[in-house]
Amino acid sequence: MNDQRPDPDALLRAAAREGKGRLKVFLGAAPGVGKTFEMLTDGAARRDAGIDVVIGVVETHGRRETEAKVHGFEIIPRKLIQYQGHALEEMDIDAILARKPGLVLVDELAHTNAAGSRHDKRYQDVEELLEAGIDVYSTLNIQHLESLNDLVASFTQVRVRETLPDRVIENADLEVVDILPDELIERLREGKVYVPDEASRALGHFFSKSNLSALRELALRRAAQAVDAQMLDYMRANAVDGIWAVGDRLVVAISEQPGAIELVRAAKRLADALRAPWTTVHIETPRSSVFDNAENTQLAETMHLAAQLGANVATVPAESVLNGLKRFAADARATQLIVGKSMRSRWFELRHGSIVDRLVRETPGLAVHVVPLEAQSSRASSRREAQTNPWGSVGGYVVSLGLTALITVLGMAIFARGNIANIGLLFLIPVMVAATRFGLRTGIVTGLASSLAYNFFFIPPTHTFTIEDPQNIITVLVLLGVAIVGSQLTARVREQALLAQASSAQNSSLAGFARQLTGISSTDELANVLCVEIGRLLEGNTILLIPDQDSLSVRASSPPGNTLEMLDDAAARWTLDNNKPAGRGSDTLTASEWLFYPVGSAGKVLAVFGLARSDARPPIRSDQMPLLLSLLDQAGLALGRIALEGEMSSLAHVQERDRLRHALLSSVSHDLRTPLTTILGSLKEIRAASPEQEHQLLATRSEAERLHRFVANLLDMVRIEAGALHQSIEPVDLADAVASAVQDLNAVLRDRPLTIDLPEDLPFVLVDPQLFHHCLINLIENAAKYGAPGASIRIVARRIGNDLTLSVEDEGPGIPEGQERRIFETFTRVEGSDRKGGTGLGLAIVKGFAEAMGLDVGAANRPDAKGATFSIRFGPAHIRELPEE
Amino acid sequence: MRNPVTVLVVDDEPAIRRLLHASLTRADYRVVEAGSARDTLSAIQIDKPEVVLLDLGLPDRDGLELIPIIKAAGAAVIVVSARDATEQKVAALDLGADDYVSKPFDSEEVLARIRAAMRHRLSSETDSPIVSCGDIEIDLVARLVRKGGVEVHLTPKEYGLLAELAKSAGRVVTHTHLLKSVWGPGHETDVEYLRVAARGIRRKLEDDPSQPALLRNEPGVGYRMQIGSQSS
Repeated sequence: MNDQRPDPDALLRAAAREGKGRLKVFLGAAPGVGKTFEMLTDGAARRDAGIDVVIGVVETHGRRETEAKVHGFEIIPRKLIQYQGHALEEMDIDAILARKPGLVLVDELAHTNAAGSRHDKRYQDVEELLEAGIDVYSTLNIQHLESLNDLVASFTQVRVRETLPDRVIENADLEVVDILPDELIERLREGKVYVPDEASRALGHFFSKSNLSALRELALRRAAQAVDAQMLDYMRANAVDGIWAVGDRLVVAISEQPGAIELVRAAKRLADALRAPWTTVHIETPRSSVFDNAENTQLAETMHLAAQLGANVATVPAESVLNGLKRFAADARATQLIVGKSMRSRWFELRHGSIVDRLVRETPGLAVHVVPLEAQSSRASSRREAQTNPWGSVGGYVVSLGLTALITVLGMAIFARGNIANIGLLFLIPVMVAATRFGLRTGIVTGLASSLAYNFFFIPPTHTFTIEDPQNIITVLVLLGVAIVGSQLTARVREQALLAQASSAQNSSLAGFARQLTGISSTDELANVLCVEIGRLLEGNTILLIPDQDSLSVRASSPPGNTLEMLDDAAARWTLDNNKPAGRGSDTLTASEWLFYPVGSAGKVLAVFGLARSDARPPIRSDQMPLLLSLLDQAGLALGRIALEGEMSSLAHVQERDRLRHALLSSVSHDLRTPLTTILGSLKEIRAASPEQEHQLLATRSEAERLHRFVANLLDMVRIEAGALHQSIEPVDLADAVASAVQDLNAVLRDRPLTIDLPEDLPFVLVDPQLFHHCLINLIENAAKYGAPGASIRIVARRIGNDLTLSVEDEGPGIPEGQERRIFETFTRVEGSDRKGGTGLGLAIVKGFAEAMGLDVGAANRPDAKGATFSIRFGPAHIRELPEE
Repeated sequence: MRNPVTVLVVDDEPAIRRLLHASLTRADYRVVEAGSARDTLSAIQIDKPEVVLLDLGLPDRDGLELIPIIKAAGAAVIVVSARDATEQKVAALDLGADDYVSKPFDSEEVLARIRAAMRHRLSSETDSPIVSCGDIEIDLVARLVRKGGVEVHLTPKEYGLLAELAKSAGRVVTHTHLLKSVWGPGHETDVEYLRVAARGIRRKLEDDPSQPALLRNEPGVGYRMQIGSQSS
């Protein structure tokens, strides 16, 4: 199959890598995120897996955790470089090459070596190591990457001198060492982040939350990009099924016509089928400036749809569709070009011949797809003439004709001194001026006027319109021709310049806006920027509403303090619910003063943006629509990112809370157990020293043991209530479990006859052994506590149907009528049975642990009414039959 | 006369150290104390203890990290900790700890653990081939098990399990370790094999299988073979 053919380029790249070392880069957003630590951890894992790992150079910057990690690695001593009296230490590349380890750890890939070293830059050292077949782990901060250097400098105001060419990490494995900006700032405050002197000046600014968020995003994006590229490379090199054999790139030309939407969808399908990246391009010709409202909206919607379907969206100014398309397709290295062809053949302003024919002829190597489109109404065809006045302004004629008169007078003055043949050339001046400044028709009129004037005043016979010399006829024709050609040329240049100006203004406001958004980390900030920026660009009032549970609340507005009427509110809500524009100028709820647009990402509306004007004009001019939609798309993406960040940090918050609770629990259990251990141990020592006190000591000892069990229960209860039970389920033999519980309760069961009745062929149960152990201990202890003194306890397991039941039976007063369920509640003690101390926690713990494992507990009086039975029931899901042997 | 065995007690609580000091001295051990990881490391160098009673909650370092260091110095490690999560116990044992005791502990229990650890150290030198518990004898050379002098037939896995426990008699052996050494690598998580074999051993060797005296189950951690005279 053709599309199973491995891509030769990818194969070459793979082959070039064979025999070379692999580079893995630990990429971080900023200093202090823990790259070196992560590298050392990974290196240690490789070392433990038997790889020969050495340290080429690692900067610990005095961080303790990092220093601890360095232990256990062989460190290649650094080389002293003497330079102008200074001794500097650099990585000793020769020593590493001679040592030839399997993997070498090299910190700070972007480092610049001391003058006098073999290479200027450390990455060059690394490349040499890789060439020698040695794997390298290294670290890098995102701002050192050359292609991002400018961008990073633009928002951090800090320019790093040490940059790294992107190609170095192109084939490297990237691992992002990620940490939340807040956490990093915290670490910085605690002095855990090493900062080089030169950067400390700009420190406060550099480590702002917005900067860190932006850097973090860059790092994550870069890594995602690399993963994509490497995966594709791999798939192509291995001809994994379904991947295109060569890298196709689709370009689809869109226009303002409604059929363009269909065209975009068709392109999307083709791009999907080819698994190729695709771009929609709109060629902005002079004609674009006279689009009407509907056409602009149509175009904006088409572009919006394309963006949502995953296309890159571009707008390119050009003098003609054909040329613009050719240029763009070449720039984008497109392999497939998709154009639409309407039945009326007017799709791309076909004035002469078919544009498709010319495209095919003039772009060899480009596959051109022509998608037929439905014919559209010709409503717009005459409108263009009406909108601009092709005859130009009256002032234009006055000035041009005045100039012609002036030239005539001037010519007469010269003519008076003798007939100069080339005097006709003087008339080129008014013709050119008229054509360039006032357009085609004014130019032609001036050309006519000039030739008439020339003829009348200068061509013999003068003061008549007759021409004797045929040569002079040519002069008149040339004047007319110059007028026509010049005016057309200049008119076109002018229109193009205007377009380029408009489109570059639009692009720069888009880019500026995008840059601003990158640094924003809170919704409020984003809301403000969005309102102020769009308000400024479109010169209107703006408002941003964000859904908050059931209501829509105003987050920001420009000018501040804008409010909404009830009708406006309804329109905004409609936009939120339907993900479509509403209000004035839209199709819905048009009575509202405001026009609302949904702002969101991935099909979810995250906010509603409103636009209005204080004068009575419509909120937005149609030609501004594409810009507005692009801005809102950007804002939607940023909002999505902020929401995601919020979710992540709240997740981190929950984790932090769990960690605290865990720490508290273990410290409390430690603090309570230590004194108990001392008390119990000391009692034993006293008994050993003076056995005659045994009797008094026994009481103290049993009380201390009771206290210990109480503490243990209390802690267990807290764990249940906190939902902090950690389980590891495994098959447990009930005989094992009962035996260890009984053994632990030796002291309690001292004078109690105990019967254990477990059938020999009992299956195993699936439980957490530790939790189950606590359940059993509490059940048996409960039986000992509530049964009559000296009465026996029976532990029985039986299979009943599919279930397995383990019961603990006591001999005693039993459970009062109707208390069977309540008895498992916290701090419940059976009424009138307080002969023994107890907290009533035991059974609650049994229930809590059992339910956490998915088991049922029950309590009942024995059928023979001699006492109570407490049981744990295991359903089929908790039973593991004995394996066949 | 034999030199007394040196025991290093590591705990950041002076009260616990005092208590253990008293019980151990009474049992004729030489006792050295340490309250931090730093002190522990120097005590290992200077006093060369045979046994270290190690608390995991130390102020300057996690006690778990010390286990490999102490083992490397040749001493037996018994973890004495208030952390009773099974993962902690298993982690300590996996790192090479010989045994563990939970707080609050019984000083007799601690002494029994020390004896078991010491016996293991000595037996690995003298290689006593017969391990006995009550009327049960396990002959590791002849691969025979006798109860009251009568040979008992065990399946190969049952014998393997019993022999593995007998080699570390008195000490807890983790599930993972047992499964790996008896059933082979790849079976580390097949706890139910272990349960089946343990049940078989109990049925064949225990006087009362429901109240086993030979094999003791440590929930979630492993098994321990009881030996000699057990303290109450």
